Amino acid sequence: MSANLTALAYLVASVLFVLALRGLSSPTAARRGNMMGIAGMAIAVIATVVNPQIVSYEWIVAAIVVGGAIGTFIARKIEMSAMPQLVAGFHSLVGLAAVFVAAAAFNAPESFGILDEAGAIRLASRIEMALGAVIGAITFSGSIVAFAKLQELVSGNPVQFKGQHLLNLAIGVVIVVLVAMFTNEPVAQWFALFTVLAFVIGVLLIIPIGGADMPVVISMLNSYSGWAAAGIGFTLHNSALIVTGALVGSSGAILSYIMCRAMNRSFVSVILGGFGAESDGPKKAKSDKPVKAGSSEDAAFLLKNAGSVIIVPGYGMAVAQAQHVLAEAAHKLKAQGVRVRYAIHPVAGRMPGHMNVLLAEANVPYEDVQELEEINPDFSNTDVVIVIGANDVTNPAARSDPKSPIFGMPILDVDKAKTVLFIKRSLAPGYAGIDNELFYAPNTMMLFADAKKMMQDIAKEL
Amino acid sequence: MEHAVDPLIWELSIFVLAIFVGYYVVWSVTPALHTPLMAITNAISSVIVVGALLAAGPEGFSIAKMFGIAAMTLAAVNIFGGFVVTQRMLAMFRGKKRPAAGGQKAH
Repeated sequence: MSANLTALAYLVASVLFVLALRGLSSPTAARRGNMMGIAGMAIAVIATVVNPQIVSYEWIVAAIVVGGAIGTFIARKIEMSAMPQLVAGFHSLVGLAAVFVAAAAFNAPESFGILDEAGAIRLASRIEMALGAVIGAITFSGSIVAFAKLQELVSGNPVQFKGQHLLNLAIGVVIVVLVAMFTNEPVAQWFALFTVLAFVIGVLLIIPIGGADMPVVISMLNSYSGWAAAGIGFTLHNSALIVTGALVGSSGAILSYIMCRAMNRSFVSVILGGFGAESDGPKKAKSDKPVKAGSSEDAAFLLKNAGSVIIVPGYGMAVAQAQHVLAEAAHKLKAQGVRVRYAIHPVAGRMPGHMNVLLAEANVPYEDVQELEEINPDFSNTDVVIVIGANDVTNPAARSDPKSPIFGMPILDVDKAKTVLFIKRSLAPGYAGIDNELFYAPNTMMLFADAKKMMQDIAKEL
Repeated sequence: MEHAVDPLIWELSIFVLAIFVGYYVVWSVTPALHTPLMAITNAISSVIVVGALLAAGPEGFSIAKMFGIAAMTLAAVNIFGGFVVTQRMLAMFRGKKRPAAGGQKAH
């Protein structure tokens, strides 16, 4: 295959990747889009394998078989509620692969055609491989920390210490200096040093960020993995890799932006971390105002007599694995002529779109699942709202109390409904560490129980 | 300018334009599919496998080849895992007209 033909094949692969993302504008087109993504990947791999300098296939085949089997096995077995940690885990692999490819390019520049006439690695290639390695290493270790937090191998609480940001800044500066030294004189120790430091800063960047900020973190790491791939693409002069890196990088950046906007927080404040740390925020804001507690019978009675119901799921639903029994109860209600819909806040769950996947898993038709802007005007003429495993995203203080840490955050206006059923274990404040005045509202009935258990009991009564 | 344009400039042009393509394409993705979007971007970013192939391809054995094989394996986990899990998720997104097998009957 001539070089031109290979380049054309990469172009075709790039176009297929764009179409794969384009397909995600609707669920039906998305399945076809995924097939295009697979086709694009196959074309890119084949176009590379037929390259005359690739002569030894046994290890390549072994790596594909082993890696492919592991990947397929994990992808088939994983619980939908564990999707955030799976994606974080996958990001870490892209990051590490980028580091390895950069290291390979440094060790065997002749295989990658990046030598100049004098037999040294080209200046541009030095910068590109250094960037690929640094961003890849940050992606790897950052994603590992995110994975550990999401999998609850470590506490999801922010880890903070004095001088944290100063330390990060210092390490960042040292990395930049080392990259400059490597660019000037490409020796192995500089490469090793900045890679190791990038691993360290990846950890340091993610530890101060708390569990509920994970939607931003995962999106950000998604973006990083793209930029790392693009960096390697420049090293290899490979257009498919450059285009894909740019697509993924901008995709992750947009998702980070959407998540930040949904929390009314700046990207910088999320990155600096510490939000929801136990040390700050008004502690023990719990008031002794009376709350109205109800039973599953009360809830079922209200629901059966409602004309319209909106369900607001949150991370707690995922933890309790309550989506199936929730959908079952909703189905029973629909059979009785009640209009049932679901309202999704953009940051509900631990990653963008997390709730939608869980509801889809429970066979909820996607037409019934609506976004915040779409459904917010409807709460005022809704009879019953069920809040299940969500808290801060329903807190009216975001609208009314300028002193509240979540003031200005877009919320679901559930308080405007006639009755709010709040399924929660206790009156404990949510992630933001603030009390939710909705608990004490006259139209709220608290259902104190595990989300799954309560929904089972309600479903039985319907 | 006496010399031809450096290939780097062409690559940079492709890169910048692709960022714009990504920007517009990703804004058109429905928020309901943001999780599959992350899974599929993850899968396609493993096209980094082409770099791993170049490193793993030559005869004999070297440090570069070992890095290449390791990167190959990681990228393969990601490619297969990413596309399979995306497919699995997308198969769950069903509209009212086509209830999923084993699910509720349309009334």
